[in-house]
Amino acid sequence: MNVYIIGIGLSAPKKISPEVSFREMIYEAAEKAYLDAGIEPKDVDTFVSVSEDYEEGTAIFDEYVPDQLGAVLKPVHTICADGITGLASVFAQIKTGHFKIGVIEAHSKLSNIKHHFHVHAMALDPVYVRPLEVNPYFVAGLEMGMFLDSRGYDELDTAQVVAKNKANALLFGRSPFGSFISPEEVLLSQPVSDPLRELDIAPNADGACVIVVATEEIAKERRGDLIKIAGIGFAEFTPNIERWEGDADYLRVAAQKAYSMAGIRNPLNDVDFAEIDDTFSYKELQHLEAIGLARFGESADLMREGFYDLSGQLPVNTTGGNIGNGNLSLMNGLRAVYDAVLQLRGDAGNVQLENPETALIASWKGLPSSSGGVLILRREG
Amino acid sequence: MAQKVAVLGAGLTKFMRRAKETGKELSFEAARMALEEANMDISEIDCVVMATAPDMFDGVHMKGDWLSDGAGAKRKPYMRSYVGGGSGVFAIIHGWYLVASGLFDTCLVVAEEKMSSTMPHPQGAFNAIYDQFLERPLGVNLLWIFSLEMMRYMHVHKIPLETIALVSVKNKKNGLDHPCTQKGIAGNYTVKDVLNSEVIAYPVHRLMVSPVTDAAAAIVITSEHEAKRRTDKPIWIEGVGWCLDTSYWTNRDLYYPKYVEYAARMAYEMAGIKDPRKEIHVVEPYDPFAYKELHHLEGLLLADKGEAPKLLEKGFWDRDTKDGIPSCPSGGLLGVGNPIAAAGLMKVIEIYLQLKGEAGKRQVRREVKRGLAQAWGDLMQVGTVVILSK
Repeated sequence: MNVYIIGIGLSAPKKISPEVSFREMIYEAAEKAYLDAGIEPKDVDTFVSVSEDYEEGTAIFDEYVPDQLGAVLKPVHTICADGITGLASVFAQIKTGHFKIGVIEAHSKLSNIKHHFHVHAMALDPVYVRPLEVNPYFVAGLEMGMFLDSRGYDELDTAQVVAKNKANALLFGRSPFGSFISPEEVLLSQPVSDPLRELDIAPNADGACVIVVATEEIAKERRGDLIKIAGIGFAEFTPNIERWEGDADYLRVAAQKAYSMAGIRNPLNDVDFAEIDDTFSYKELQHLEAIGLARFGESADLMREGFYDLSGQLPVNTTGGNIGNGNLSLMNGLRAVYDAVLQLRGDAGNVQLENPETALIASWKGLPSSSGGVLILRREG
Repeated sequence: MAQKVAVLGAGLTKFMRRAKETGKELSFEAARMALEEANMDISEIDCVVMATAPDMFDGVHMKGDWLSDGAGAKRKPYMRSYVGGGSGVFAIIHGWYLVASGLFDTCLVVAEEKMSSTMPHPQGAFNAIYDQFLERPLGVNLLWIFSLEMMRYMHVHKIPLETIALVSVKNKKNGLDHPCTQKGIAGNYTVKDVLNSEVIAYPVHRLMVSPVTDAAAAIVITSEHEAKRRTDKPIWIEGVGWCLDTSYWTNRDLYYPKYVEYAARMAYEMAGIKDPRKEIHVVEPYDPFAYKELHHLEGLLLADKGEAPKLLEKGFWDRDTKDGIPSCPSGGLLGVGNPIAAAGLMKVIEIYLQLKGEAGKRQVRREVKRGLAQAWGDLMQVGTVVILSK
């Protein structure tokens, strides 16, 4: 049985959102997604929300999602993971044959958090790591250093990612974080934890995203364009940061599953564009290598040659990625799915690619986790 | 279409207050036991599912990720699902859909809870589950709102407090036979003992509330062809259901858990059950508070509204009943302990053992072919139901 994306809705990323609550943002995204799919919330058989209690400031957060989704007295549950892993949960439910229409929701209200790194710090092992009182960006800095050293890359290589993604975001025109900036200028930004600099970090943003997926039968009834979930995978590496190897193994394992499901043998040939997690600039290069869109130690050269540019052979983060759209926490993956669907439908405006058919989206749960998901979307007809 | 899913093995750690083991170690213990019973190695597991309730208990953000290596998930597909107190039973539902979908053939389902890390008492952490503006400033905890719900249930059906106390008497007696029971929880109590125990939030008495517990539980589930290859007597997952009601619990009539009914109806339909009172032979409803067992039995449509207490007085829910439906033969949360997510999976494991005829002293007298486990959570808001059969 095939599963299709039939509706997408977004409450667009912004730096702060004092005028709306998280519920109102979710409502906006849900209303748009249901309208896009041509359904009413009562038609939905199952709902999944991705969230983590500490980021919400509320324990057992699924308590606060049903009303604004139109999901009262319906099957609803939380998945504590990135948006793509959450989407895998809805996908699996529909594949059982017991559900026809499923909804996945993710949101970010990071502007409510005064010091986000204090929340990150609570995810470090309470016995071995937390007593060291390291700022979690220090963990990212260490991993970045390990990654650059193992490949022989330097900071100018990761600065290229920032320059590309901010330029794409400015062209696309939806986000407050777009700009034309040269890699050299990126290196002038404040050091946070050497070699990590301020502009290497995706700035926090608020937003909400809702995606509606359905069986083939429903998809054919409701929509002219058919966007199929051709493959999906998710995986965990290890929460012990001292065991990290700088290779993003979680995405390697997740990609294997997604490729085998989608029948993709050579992703470099078979994928038309990709949306890759770039919460930190080095993560884009690291993730590209983990999922086989570059060989070990070759992603920086390809980046420099323009391979991943909008006009390149394999455009990556066409709407600006997380650096260009903001870090939306667990919603990052779904924002990327939303943008990939725009590309596949031909609705991506200034950054529209020419007739793309296959998209790859890779998401990371964020600092300091080592889990993520990979999704392959294919346009049919 | 869905492939059939079977339970092949189960593991349960001892329930206790202030376990010396970390949450990761508890998860490891339970996972190891479940794999041993299923005669499988962790390398044969395709994916791992984790259930654990609030991160606040451990003071660890992204608790699911933190527990992952203890649960054997390194370099594996791994997900944590979460519906508050309903998470334990939801864990098997989560594993069910990952396997039934055909995405995976084998799944290790782990449920862990370490509540005693919360000092001085986990009830303090529960204040964080309430609405930030309207409710939290009142300093509410779970005991307060459940005393409201209990009062409403007793008022609508005119149930005497003595009858509610009978639930504690039954479950704490059943718990005496559970090898994992928490020290000092089970016992031969009388209704008088229960009513003489300290009032915590009227009408809730100390012996009507489940304790603070640390423990972990795990099961191994597989697809039909894996199950048939590995065992002659698989226990099947026949039906699952879950349902979440509105966040605004103050706007609902609390006397009846409609969300449990909807979850149960979903599971009955999937299992092809028309008359649950005849077709369910043993039941493990969620009993963190004494009245909840009766409340849930009605939500599960195993008794008419207001009838569960009367049936209780007649011994209909007793473990050695001949014509009734044994309820909480394990001893439940009141008799074994309440490590929230692990308690839910403990209930699933009890049904699994009853169906296999391996519940030892707890084996119910009547013949059982099909059993149901249920959990509940959030702001008196979510019901999770699973039906297992031989």
